[in-house]
Amino acid sequence: MNEYNFTEDQLMIRDLARQIAEDKIRPVRAELDEKDEFPEEIIKILADSDLFAIFVPEEYGGLGGGAMELCIATEELSKVCGGVAVSYAASGLGAFPIILFGSDEQKKKFLPAIASGEKIAAFGLTEPNAGSDVGGMETTAEKDGDDYNLNGNKIFITNGGVADIYTIIAMTNKSRGARGASAIVVEKGMDGFDFGKKEDKMGIRATVTRELVFEDCRVPAENLLKREGLGFIVAMKTFDKSRPGIGAQAVGIAQGSINEAVEYASQRIQFGQPVSSFQAVRHMIANMSTKTEAARNLVYHAARMVDSGVKNISKISAMSKLFASDVAMEVTTNALQIFGGSGYMKEYPAEKFMRDAKITQIYEGTNQIQRDVIGLKVIKENKSGKKK
Amino acid sequence: MNIVVCIKQVPDTTDVKINPETNTLIREGVDSIINPFDTYAIEEGLRIKEKLGGEVIVMTMGPPQAESVLREALSMGCGEAILLTDRNFAGADTWATSYTLSRGIKKIGEVDLIICGKQAIDGDTAQVGPGIAEMLDIPCITYTGKIKDIDENGFTALRMTESGHNVIKSPLPALITVVKEINEPRMPSLRGKMNAKKADITHYTAADLACNLESIGQLGSPTVVRKIFAPPAKGKGEIFKGEPADTAEKLAAELKDKGIV
Ligand SMILES: Cc1cc2nc3c(=O)[nH]c(=O)nc-3n(C[C@H](O)[C@H](O)[C@H](O)COP(=O)(O)OP(=O)(O)OC[C@H]3O[C@@H](n4cnc5c(N)ncnc54)[C@H](O)[C@@H]3O)c2cc1C
Ligand SMILES: Cc1cc2nc3c(=O)[nH]c(=O)nc-3n(C[C@H](O)[C@H](O)[C@H](O)COP(=O)(O)OP(=O)(O)OC[C@H]3O[C@@H](n4cnc5c(N)ncnc54)[C@H](O)[C@@H]3O)c2cc1C
Repeated sequence: MNEYNFTEDQLMIRDLARQIAEDKIRPVRAELDEKDEFPEEIIKILADSDLFAIFVPEEYGGLGGGAMELCIATEELSKVCGGVAVSYAASGLGAFPIILFGSDEQKKKFLPAIASGEKIAAFGLTEPNAGSDVGGMETTAEKDGDDYNLNGNKIFITNGGVADIYTIIAMTNKSRGARGASAIVVEKGMDGFDFGKKEDKMGIRATVTRELVFEDCRVPAENLLKREGLGFIVAMKTFDKSRPGIGAQAVGIAQGSINEAVEYASQRIQFGQPVSSFQAVRHMIANMSTKTEAARNLVYHAARMVDSGVKNISKISAMSKLFASDVAMEVTTNALQIFGGSGYMKEYPAEKFMRDAKITQIYEGTNQIQRDVIGLKVIKENKSGKKK
Repeated sequence: MNIVVCIKQVPDTTDVKINPETNTLIREGVDSIINPFDTYAIEEGLRIKEKLGGEVIVMTMGPPQAESVLREALSMGCGEAILLTDRNFAGADTWATSYTLSRGIKKIGEVDLIICGKQAIDGDTAQVGPGIAEMLDIPCITYTGKIKDIDENGFTALRMTESGHNVIKSPLPALITVVKEINEPRMPSLRGKMNAKKADITHYTAADLACNLESIGQLGSPTVVRKIFAPPAKGKGEIFKGEPADTAEKLAAELKDKGIV
């Protein structure tokens, strides 16, 4: 057995993603961070290496992996650049609703181009008045003949403007509240679909976060996923599947910062010896590594549960995202501390890891919301006699 | 277009150690990789194939473990891999290696273009490419930095020199050695890696290639290594700073002082 019981294909994915991260991303990551734009050339390399195929079923042009494969690749990329990793993984987030709820026809239409990396996907849920509370959703999709007519704005959308394929959650029947939302696939270039404000972000700057604007955007009714009213269920099931990926991103960022901090600490001489020889520093390294290892194992466990097809994965999936992202924030803060004053400078990678880590506590549901999900579930399980 | 790319398995370090008794490289405990210059040769072969069709065959002479670098080449997109392996090949110098590889290429039959890296990072001789061309009696262009206008009949190459480049037209078949300015090698793909893992690799022995036994391995190697040593570290240089007139004067005085002029 290898260290994490990876299959041979998973080992191959890990090695290839690591090679690309080291050879192609590391030399340009500071520049990508500075430039604040979509890393087109790197994404092309990932596409040519088949890394977009690993989360798409074989019958639709993929290599047949799932959440676990996406986690492995995302972790490796994040060890070097959390931004590139999100540009990549968000295409998986956009594809998951189609994989989970699309008809055979819809899958045939959209998935092969996502698997080849020729087209990037995105997921549009958040709105100005609907962040944690998706019930505040105002974007509408009114049925009109053979089309849906979309109106409204989505904000903070990863790969906005860059992606070709967008899974959008919109209200098809406002009067039905949570049961009035639906998931619809919108393609770039459709009339009435435009892009608004591009955000200037603290971290993960090698990814584009942008507003989507719908003004009488007509989308063929055949682009509706499953049926009307399932919008929020599509969103929740998508997050159940994708949250371990955020956990993997967090684990990668944490591990990347540890790797750099340990190297620095072994070389930095103070008081006549490497600072890594001081117990205060060593214990920091020990705690950082132990927590990251625990997070990694929780993430892998959650991803494997997701792929196993068992039903109740909301809790474990939320736990993996919650724990790994909190660990990443703590670990990257301490990694910077180990760098001393240099860590505070942009010349060194420590401060970028810290900036990149923060987002993992916020998106795909803030960690407060994850705790809500987990707490509620545990109490429910307890009541129904399913105690651990 | 049938293209053969010759690659070498080398230790993954430029800091190789030498066994002082045998005067050979110590390879134990060092990972093996494709000689970095050969990855540019593979990439160029693949690019020409993508433009003109045909096949890229990758070939190496080495022990059975050298299959790993052949599989790596397959994962980048080469269509076929050939390993020349035989106890009698061991200890080959550049002459015997060139001979053996040329026998391997003859065995393939119709080959239009042979591509090698400009040199190997362990031996650093840059002799095997030209040696193969010589034994096959075909044109050889070394230090190729760009290939232009290639078709079934011939091509134009830019041969990089220290001061610029030569523009050389050549018919086919021919052999080129490439420098790293020629392209940016692609990453392997997952599908490529999966296929490479399962791919059959052709093995040829000295008998398969009808090699003359006096021309292969240690026996066929005219090179005698008398001694290998790390060159002594250069002394510290000295930089004269200041106005050119003053520094020139200081330099002249120093050279006179040391009896150099
Ligand atoms: C870089 C980036 C990329 C993103 N990419 C995407 C994307 O691709 N697609 C997409 O749809 N969205 C995306 N988002 C949006 C993201 O998912 C939301 O920002 C997130 O869900 C939080 O919503 P909000 O920003 O409106 O915060 P709010 O909901 O306004 O939350 C503000 C604060 O209140 C807390 N809070 C809110 N409600 C509760 C409660 N009930 N109990 C306790 N605390 C609560 C929150 O935890 C938070 O601390 C992205 C965001 C960012 C920053
Ligand atoms: C923005 C900024 C402004 C600054 N302004 C000034 C200024 O105006 N004037 C000035 O003089 N300096 C200034 N500094 C320097 C600052 O005071 C030093 O960065 C700080 O003292 C830490 O030193 P260091 O960076 O060399 O870290 P190091 O001493 O190299 O520390 C590296 C790591 O090793 C740990 N460590 C070191 N020794 C030990 C030990 N014996 N036991 C346990 N752990 C140890 C540290 O805690 C740290 O985690 C500034 C720094 C910054 C970032």
